[in-house]
Amino acid sequence: MKLTGAQIIVETLIEQGVTDVFGYPGGQVLNIYDELYKNSDRINHILTAHEQGAAHAADGYFRGTGKTGVCIATSGPGATNLVTGIATAMLDSVAMVAITGNVSCNLIGKDSFQEIDITGITLPITKHNYFVNDVNDLADSIREAFKIARSGRPGPVLIDVPKDVQCAVCDYEPQPKQERYPLPKAKESDIEKAVQLINECKRPYIYIGGGVIGTEIYEDVKKFADKIDAVIGCTLMGISAIPTDCERFLGMQGMHGHYASSQALNHADLIFGIGIRFSDRATGNKSKFAVTAKKIQLDIDFAEINKNITVDLGVLGDVADAFRRIADKCEQKSRPEWAETIAVFKAKEKEIDGVRRQREEKAGKDIIFPDRFFDIINSVIDPDTVIATDVGQHQMWTAQYCKFAKTRKFVSSGGLGTMGFGLGAAIGAAIGSKDKTVLITGDGSFGMNLNELATAVSYNANVVIVIMNNGVLGMVRQWQTLFYNKHYSNTTLNRKTDFVKLAEAFGLKGVRTTTPEEFEKEFKAAFDTNGPVLIDCVIPSDEFVLPMLPPGGSMDDMITGEETEA
Amino acid sequence: MDKAMNDKFVIAVYVENKFGVLTRVTSMFTRRGFNIDTLTVGETENPKYSRITISMSGDGYAREQMINQLRKLHNVKKVEYLDRDESLSRELLLIKIKNDPAYRQDVLSAVDIFRSKIIDYSTEALCIEITGETSKINAFIEILKPYGIIEMCRTGVVALERGATSMLKK
Repeated sequence: MKLTGAQIIVETLIEQGVTDVFGYPGGQVLNIYDELYKNSDRINHILTAHEQGAAHAADGYFRGTGKTGVCIATSGPGATNLVTGIATAMLDSVAMVAITGNVSCNLIGKDSFQEIDITGITLPITKHNYFVNDVNDLADSIREAFKIARSGRPGPVLIDVPKDVQCAVCDYEPQPKQERYPLPKAKESDIEKAVQLINECKRPYIYIGGGVIGTEIYEDVKKFADKIDAVIGCTLMGISAIPTDCERFLGMQGMHGHYASSQALNHADLIFGIGIRFSDRATGNKSKFAVTAKKIQLDIDFAEINKNITVDLGVLGDVADAFRRIADKCEQKSRPEWAETIAVFKAKEKEIDGVRRQREEKAGKDIIFPDRFFDIINSVIDPDTVIATDVGQHQMWTAQYCKFAKTRKFVSSGGLGTMGFGLGAAIGAAIGSKDKTVLITGDGSFGMNLNELATAVSYNANVVIVIMNNGVLGMVRQWQTLFYNKHYSNTTLNRKTDFVKLAEAFGLKGVRTTTPEEFEKEFKAAFDTNGPVLIDCVIPSDEFVLPMLPPGGSMDDMITGEETEA
Repeated sequence: MDKAMNDKFVIAVYVENKFGVLTRVTSMFTRRGFNIDTLTVGETENPKYSRITISMSGDGYAREQMINQLRKLHNVKKVEYLDRDESLSRELLLIKIKNDPAYRQDVLSAVDIFRSKIIDYSTEALCIEITGETSKINAFIEILKPYGIIEMCRTGVVALERGATSMLKK
């Protein structure tokens, strides 16, 4: 059948299983939007307030559901507005397909109105991208884009389509949804070596990252930890893979990791990394990182093995398959001495928590300290709740204190650390997963893309927005306190923004809470409301995220907070 | 460590012969902070592919990273490290020297000894063409330096593996 390029785009999206797209119309995508209009019963378009919001929403959609997120923007500024969102997706291995319009081929290269070389701009931040200058290549480019985005280590793919290509006509035959590229299987010799290292070790630490969520092996990891009597720690991207209340799970490790998790990693004699990349935030000073441990790194991306940390054994290939083969062959073992050591770390962690709670007790019952904040959050949310965050102190507190029971419930920008990510991502996750979503944000991050409140209201997105409002850019301020002689350069916001009135202006309910009692009451009410609600929650300005590894420090230099409180 | 850092090596890359592929490759070098010495690109026995030859210096880590990151690019078909002992490499140099009667004979002897060839001759200048391994080209330039190099241009390394194999068919 003969179709126009714009029709082919919409038909191919539907063919590839897309049900929702996020975007913003404009001059060079008018034809695509005309087709979206005609096909609104087959594909749902969500209009955001800004293209960046569309990219983050597509990202949150993937993180919340595992389905490839799709966003559409016009040429020029529409396309460049996607850039931060695409980079965020790249750094966190998010499957995303971005479609941009461009000026007609005869205007390309002439600095035409709203012309931009978006494939050039996004070259280093996409898994691959396409400039489609022939309508005959369009359908296959889109299919291949989905295939690339979803295969192996996921990532964003961009397709730039000039307007005349959207108008041109060619033959189109529907095709089934593209299969992923087959994954290479890990070498049997590597599996054997891994099994031997694991069998011989005394203090195993299973270190999981985003790759465990994507490959859906979390249940197997739990069983395996039981079998070999190991503990499990995770990266920021690995949060929500293992339920927080799992006995063997010590939580996130790294710069702001849990004390027990970071110490266990530092004392382990074997680190079995699965779907992780030893990022600098996770390792601290690389030369002092887990020096006593043998390291196994299992990943689908061969370029990650030995990139950041030299490992004793890299196992390359299909992570789920390789992991199961390793797990099957390992001996069942109990390692009581390791369990005792872990118990000591856990006790110490409890002690640190106790000291903090005591200090807070002294300071007063009416102050919403971060741990109290999350006591309330944890008591209200249910296992299906998606927790999204922005970037900064509130994000690390969420990683440390928030409890998760199911996977794909934590939506947060890790690698790029994108302030302003949260609201768009929360909307995308809520729309995709159809589950209640709670956005935990800060007054700094929220200020960056709060325009997406309009989207939340228009689509009645099921998002509770909680601003941990400390009036400062807390994370930067923390560094200024510790390492820059308390020179609070441009981190004291003291803005006059009234978030309650702002919410009302956008058409949603807003409340302000200043005590734990108020917050508990309002959060419960908001959680039970269908649709968006904003809570401006006032917290102290001088709280630190602890523990903390100082820059260039190792786990031994960890600042726990007891020092100042003793 | 210093010795390892200065190790020179050659990588051959088959890429799809498509618009913008060279940019994808060079953009990756910039992004990952690889410093390349030379890069050449041209047609191959198969019109679907172009062959890029890259010479660079670095340690084993840099070499492994470079190869891995190249393999991740969607338009890259094959990447191979060319071992110096197992491969043949050549570079071409065009070099223009002042034609001064005072040392013309010295220049001509050098041309002869290095088995190079004069491809342009005027009363003011000589233009010489030479091919060979990088070390030979470097030596030739050193010899000519005292005679006044007007300008020069070199192609960078091209290389093939020894024997009857083809990289694509391996």
